[in-house]
Amino acid sequence: MAAETTVPRTGGPGVGKRMAGAIARQRELSLAGLMVVLAAFVAIQAPNFLSASNLTQVTVVASIIAIAAVGQALVILTRNVDLSVEAMMGLVAFVVADLLKFDVLPAPAAIAAGIALGLVLGMTNGFLTAVLRVPAIVATLGTLSIYRGIDFLIAGGKQVTLGDLPAGYTDPARATILGVPIFVLIAIAIVVIVAAALRWTRAGRHVYAVGSNPEAASILGIRSGVVVFGVFSACGLLAGVAGVMWGMNYGTINATAASGVTLQVVAAVVVGGVNINGGSGTVIGAGLGALFLGLISNALILLRLSQFWLQAIYGAVILVAVSLDAFLVRGLKRAALARRSR
Amino acid sequence: MSAPAQTPMAAGEGAASPTRSAGRSGNARLRGLATWETLLALVLLGMLGLGAATSPDVFLTPGNFTNLTAALMEVAIMALPMTLIIIVGDIDLSVESMLGLSSAVLGFLYAEGVPLEIGIVVVLAMGAAGGLFNGLLIARGGLPSLVVTLGTLALFRGLALVVLGPRGISKFPEAFTDFGFGTVPGTPIPWPLVVLAVIAVVLGLVLHRTWIGRQIFAAGRNKDAARYSGVRVQRMKVALFVLSGTIAALAGVILTARFASARADAGQGMTLTVVTMVLLGGVSIYGGRGTIPGVVLAALTLAVLGNVLRLANVSAELQSIAIGLLLIVSVVIPSLARQVSSVIGSARRDRQPPVGVAEPGEVSSP
Repeated sequence: MAAETTVPRTGGPGVGKRMAGAIARQRELSLAGLMVVLAAFVAIQAPNFLSASNLTQVTVVASIIAIAAVGQALVILTRNVDLSVEAMMGLVAFVVADLLKFDVLPAPAAIAAGIALGLVLGMTNGFLTAVLRVPAIVATLGTLSIYRGIDFLIAGGKQVTLGDLPAGYTDPARATILGVPIFVLIAIAIVVIVAAALRWTRAGRHVYAVGSNPEAASILGIRSGVVVFGVFSACGLLAGVAGVMWGMNYGTINATAASGVTLQVVAAVVVGGVNINGGSGTVIGAGLGALFLGLISNALILLRLSQFWLQAIYGAVILVAVSLDAFLVRGLKRAALARRSR
Repeated sequence: MSAPAQTPMAAGEGAASPTRSAGRSGNARLRGLATWETLLALVLLGMLGLGAATSPDVFLTPGNFTNLTAALMEVAIMALPMTLIIIVGDIDLSVESMLGLSSAVLGFLYAEGVPLEIGIVVVLAMGAAGGLFNGLLIARGGLPSLVVTLGTLALFRGLALVVLGPRGISKFPEAFTDFGFGTVPGTPIPWPLVVLAVIAVVLGLVLHRTWIGRQIFAAGRNKDAARYSGVRVQRMKVALFVLSGTIAALAGVILTARFASARADAGQGMTLTVVTMVLLGGVSIYGGRGTIPGVVLAALTLAVLGNVLRLANVSAELQSIAIGLLLIVSVVIPSLARQVSSVIGSARRDRQPPVGVAEPGEVSSP
């Protein structure tokens, strides 16, 4: 059994992880720098990039992706992956809209129910991976199809439109405080809280420990099953929050809501410097990654390039980010070895 | 639960587990697979019986046989190379997008006036190139196949959309579409099924009867041990991904012929069914174990299941839920069975210490 649960990995345990950690810190800075350059370029080419309405739109969509990416980052930090994020978001978005349409619950209760539903869906993923020991890829590929299927069953081909929702329900998506959209503030708050929890709480350190060396973590008495269950549950909870926000932002919801979002979320996480082999990276990076992808998408629209490129760009971003990480880790490790032998 | 019936099974499993790292006892492995395949065959027979009982006037007709086998054709064709890739311990999530890219490029070239024969050769070469790209990043770059092929899943689909956009290309020549939904003259066997059978036989023979197959199993069970015994694991992985890409492109050609239409979104979501088919066929997601006959049996089972559900007017949504459940269950059941048998095995060892001591001898005796 022990041999089966060990994920094959490329980097050595000690040096590689520390190098990857250094890269993650560098990554946040270089990503921020890259975004400033990209934003400046787009702003020169298309001055309406800097209009308040455009900036609000870009950052609001990016903050929804960022919240889902924080959950995905937690999962990837433990060497797992959650492919069902988009189905959880879509199901939550539709269920909340449906509850409101038929006046089952008042808006705050419906929102709470949606977030709770996300938590339950995430706990189901956690149960499958941590308790039944189904590999995350299989478990979440399965629940991706199951959750989306349930979504289609409930929707039955219908959609909830803006007119079905209570008046003012979608206002928070446009509301700002001192010029900053509320959604962005929510995303920043979640990123900061989770980043602090990862850095300064025992549970947070356990997430890194399980991801960087499962055997050592279990020798230290960390119960990796509990940690893995926890991160999948948190991922579901955050997907629930993101799903509710998705519904508020778009207003019109059908059963295909949030299709394809998993790719953006994974791309945001890896471009943000979270190591795909687990154990290193930050949720701040994941949040910046989401903003970066949002910026690219907006740039395509403003520069009048075909939206069809978007999918290919997301794929390329994932490939470039993981290749770059592997390349840098290998180079730094070689340099460290050379220094030691001297 | 009679004790005599249980003893040989428990002894076999108990004896096998301590030696697993050095390679499981061949007998125990064969027995495990045989049980799984027998179970699948029984499920298949049961569903055939169910189909015959619930809709006798439709289910057992030649026309329904054609429909039944046609529906999952591309999935089954892509499941065959996927079997080898999962046995070697990797996964290829990008096959559905390569199928879509193949369909889109074929349609695009045909619409631009390129002869269909040349178009088919071009898309097959493109499939090989896409597979080579995956294989090099994974084997040479040392990157996890899950993330690389998730990236190319998006990349290939994106390129398909860029090439063809939202339009569909139809008006293909009759000879081509006949290949897609025509049958071998005088039989209800669709032509694509012949393609599937040829690929299954060739890959089955290579995997189970040649040194290449033994190297694939060795690499899947223990990559380092295989490398130290002279298996060129990296090169083998690259070759397997090239095979997977090429066959996914072929599946794209078949799908285009079958629907008489080329679309950039062809095959979206198919990877789920491909992986389900492979794992349902008894292939271990951890690598090192599985058979082509098992996967073929799983393909038939899924085809009949889909057919029975469709005849019973079960919605497509429920079918996709069923496939998702099946995927999870086909991994949970063997893993639970292993846990139970190891618990039984260790309980036996605790009760009878002398047997535990004698175990290594027992393993080598047969």
